Amino acid sequence: MTAREEVLGRIRSALGDRPAAPPIPRECLRGGVHSPGSPELALQLVDRLEDYRATVVRVGAADDGDIGRAVGDALASREIGQAVTPRGTPREWTGWLADVVVDEGQLSARDLDAIPAVVTGAVVAIAETGTIVLDGGPLCGRRAITLVPDTHVCVVRARDIVQTVPEALARLDPQRPLTFVSGPSATSDIELDRVEGVHGPRTLVVVVVG
Amino acid sequence: MRIALFVTCLGDVLFPDVGRATVQVLERLGHEVVFPQAQTCCGQMHTNTGYQRDAVGLVRHHVEVFEEALADGSEAIVAPSGSCAGSVRHQHAMLARRAGDEVLAMRAEAVAARTFELSQLLVEVLGVTDVGASYPHRVTYHPTCHSLRLLGVGDAPLRLLRAVRGIDLVELPAADSCCGFGGTFAVKNAETSTAMLADKMSAVLTTRAEVVTAGDASCLMHIGGGLSRLRTGVRPVHLAEILASTHGRAA
Amino acid sequence: MSTFLGIPRARVAGPAADVAVGQLSGDRPFPAAAHEALADSRLRRNLAHATSTIRAKRAAVVEEVPDWEALRDAGSAIKADVMARLPELLEELEANVQSRGGVVHWARDAAEANAIVTRLVRATGAKEVVKVKSMATQEIGLNEALEAAGIQAHETDLAELIVQLGHDKPSHILVPAIHRGRAEIRDIFARQMPGVDPALTDEPRVLAAAARKYLREVFLRAEVAVSGANFAVADTGTLTVVESEGNGRMCLTLPRTLITVMGIEKVVPTWADLEVFLQLLPRSSTGERMNPYTSTWTGVHTVDGSADGVPDGPQEFHLVLLDNGRTRALADELGRTALHCIRCSACLNVCPVYERTGGHAYGSVYPGPIGAVLTPLLTGLTGGHDPNDSLPYASSLCGACYDVCPVKINLPDLLVQLRAQHTEAHTESHRLPSAEATAMKAAAWTMADAGRFAKAGRAATLARHVIRRGRPVLPLPPPLNGWTASRDAPTPPAETFRDWWTRTRGTR
Repeated sequence: MTAREEVLGRIRSALGDRPAAPPIPRECLRGGVHSPGSPELALQLVDRLEDYRATVVRVGAADDGDIGRAVGDALASREIGQAVTPRGTPREWTGWLADVVVDEGQLSARDLDAIPAVVTGAVVAIAETGTIVLDGGPLCGRRAITLVPDTHVCVVRARDIVQTVPEALARLDPQRPLTFVSGPSATSDIELDRVEGVHGPRTLVVVVVG
Repeated sequence: MRIALFVTCLGDVLFPDVGRATVQVLERLGHEVVFPQAQTCCGQMHTNTGYQRDAVGLVRHHVEVFEEALADGSEAIVAPSGSCAGSVRHQHAMLARRAGDEVLAMRAEAVAARTFELSQLLVEVLGVTDVGASYPHRVTYHPTCHSLRLLGVGDAPLRLLRAVRGIDLVELPAADSCCGFGGTFAVKNAETSTAMLADKMSAVLTTRAEVVTAGDASCLMHIGGGLSRLRTGVRPVHLAEILASTHGRAA
Repeated sequence: MSTFLGIPRARVAGPAADVAVGQLSGDRPFPAAAHEALADSRLRRNLAHATSTIRAKRAAVVEEVPDWEALRDAGSAIKADVMARLPELLEELEANVQSRGGVVHWARDAAEANAIVTRLVRATGAKEVVKVKSMATQEIGLNEALEAAGIQAHETDLAELIVQLGHDKPSHILVPAIHRGRAEIRDIFARQMPGVDPALTDEPRVLAAAARKYLREVFLRAEVAVSGANFAVADTGTLTVVESEGNGRMCLTLPRTLITVMGIEKVVPTWADLEVFLQLLPRSSTGERMNPYTSTWTGVHTVDGSADGVPDGPQEFHLVLLDNGRTRALADELGRTALHCIRCSACLNVCPVYERTGGHAYGSVYPGPIGAVLTPLLTGLTGGHDPNDSLPYASSLCGACYDVCPVKINLPDLLVQLRAQHTEAHTESHRLPSAEATAMKAAAWTMADAGRFAKAGRAATLARHVIRRGRPVLPLPPPLNGWTASRDAPTPPAETFRDWWTRTRGTR
């Protein structure tokens, strides 16, 4: 008998009493009070991001040039002139940078390790938890580029901000590789003392647009 | 109301003052208390130590005795113990069911539905918080785990204590931490139990109370036993005894 | 098999996990291990500080969620549904993982899982692997198995790294190095971390930076990663890892080959079910609204989704589904609820026993209240004095664990039930009952009759004459001497309650 057959057989024998699958109560709140894109959600997202030590920059109008200026300022203030960005981000977003590397899949992990920053968009943000979600698509890029560089600048549009985790999951395609990011990398492994900045980007700048 | 007293085995043999105080409080409030003489023990020690087969016999006995009391006109059963009331309410039917005795389980559920821990009976069933007690001492209250979490008595004991005349009630730090009694845990894991007791005693001592009270004689025996061993001078007094007190002394 | 509390004929338990492979048992019973831990003042201080910190954090973020109880109900019901439909869900998961380019393996036990992973790593030619913190691989002792095959496993979670470099054992599900303070961690790094700055201080920030620097090079060169999984979604074939540091992302993203070892109970039916657990887990576990990083992947990914597109993450993915005693637990009607556990460790953090003894006292990689039930459910109880036989007794049954469990596992009830299984296993495996069983039987016989009980109570009042100042005149035998070692014994009254009642009120 193969291990597969044996394990499945054991499970069926263990469930010899045929336990009934219970009804699942779904009284938990799935939707939020505020609709996606509402100003309350942008405020809550900013509050929660800052609580987890992300840096937030707000840009009023959804103009790519203004976004580019905000991205440029954020990186310049950290003395960073170079960034990698995926193919699908508007070129204006990185227009203020001296050196922009567009990722076509040609960069190895070591190449990425030599690049100080990455500029991407996000597909969804969750206000209640201060989370941005990357889906590996044209706006977010393949997963390695948002992981290896030490600073991640992520542009979030107000219309993509939802209130709750269930609302976010409903918008996402599980067939994509997804990364939910809530603040910079962190650890509490030493005396439960939270320290921001371990292996993932130690600096997370979120540009909230609109 | 006619109320049947379940005094508990520990209360019967080691702490009769607790049962006497329970009778006094209820009679002072105008209720009739009966004591079904055939009662013995709820079987909690057996259940929690792994002797469920032995416990089932005790469950059957308990159910028979208190079914008869209910048939005889008692409207409620009171136990001056969160732990024993908890066992009746949350373990008896389960034990019967696991033994394959559905009829006993249903009978146990009927008895359990009428069984109350003393503070719950007073506050939730009888709607009383001022029982006319007077107790001019500095007191801290330890909410025992089974009162707090298994029965969910909430703040009923504190509401009763706050209404006691002359009492100087002080809050116990980290009150909801277990004192480390846990029945046979106290002897099987005596050292861990003692470590938990040490922290409970130090919390009691920071309150500078002269009396530590609780709704369970068993936990109080443990806390009081530790306080006495260290000659702290703090004495354990059961909640019922404070509620029964009328002239400055525990009943 | 006993018909009273054991498993009725209709359910057949799978084989117990072998305690000789992996880390599911210590070498001595809980009270003996606890004896040492209780005397370790540094350990006591580290634990008290860490558990009180995390308890406060959890309480604050749980308070924020208005539908927390409804979420717990949903989490509990989804897990019960999973157990009821486990074969179908695993087959669905397998089909979906395979259709997306993953390979699924089944392991009956720890030894088989270790052999599968070792074979897969060897096939790549790699001599080292990077690891995401995983309870399943700790449980089966994978690192040791790989080492025996000449493959070095690098733990990359900071706490796991501390444990690995310190040649230590994990003592907590979430924070395996919770028993270590910053000064000890600094010393471990200074001694054991290759290339570390000797001027290292014990500031957590500095220690985290040292780990980043050391592991960065390891991540960049790693060709194979091994992970566990927090959840696997049957209807999409999606795997999930919840983490904080980014070491998980490194392992799940950079190497060419990813091998995930997962207990069979970790499957959830649908993508939408994740919404419940992604709310319950971070708040219960690290006390955060959401942990810094949650990664999900479905088979093998390319940037444009085509088979020959630009790779995004590992291009070879293996999923190892592990039994190792889980089908034993599954056959137990109550015990199967222990398989609902999502490894948040909230029960450890609130447990007054865990807080004082720490995790090593439990012997198994699963410590605390959940460990005290899960470990014996996986390995079985001998009914004797094996270390795991002592675990169900390592609790005062205070119930704090049940209150915080995000999937509402009734841990006190499970502990009580396992105690019964232990005493009954003793009865089955020994010709003579234990002294305790004899005493319990005698007590039950006495208490089954009011007349006998009244006589016994009267006899007990006589004991007042043999107690002097809280201590019995003659020393008590074990285990009763455990009481008087630290507590005065109460002096029995002159008269029992029932005698007082009869004397003052007659027999009614």
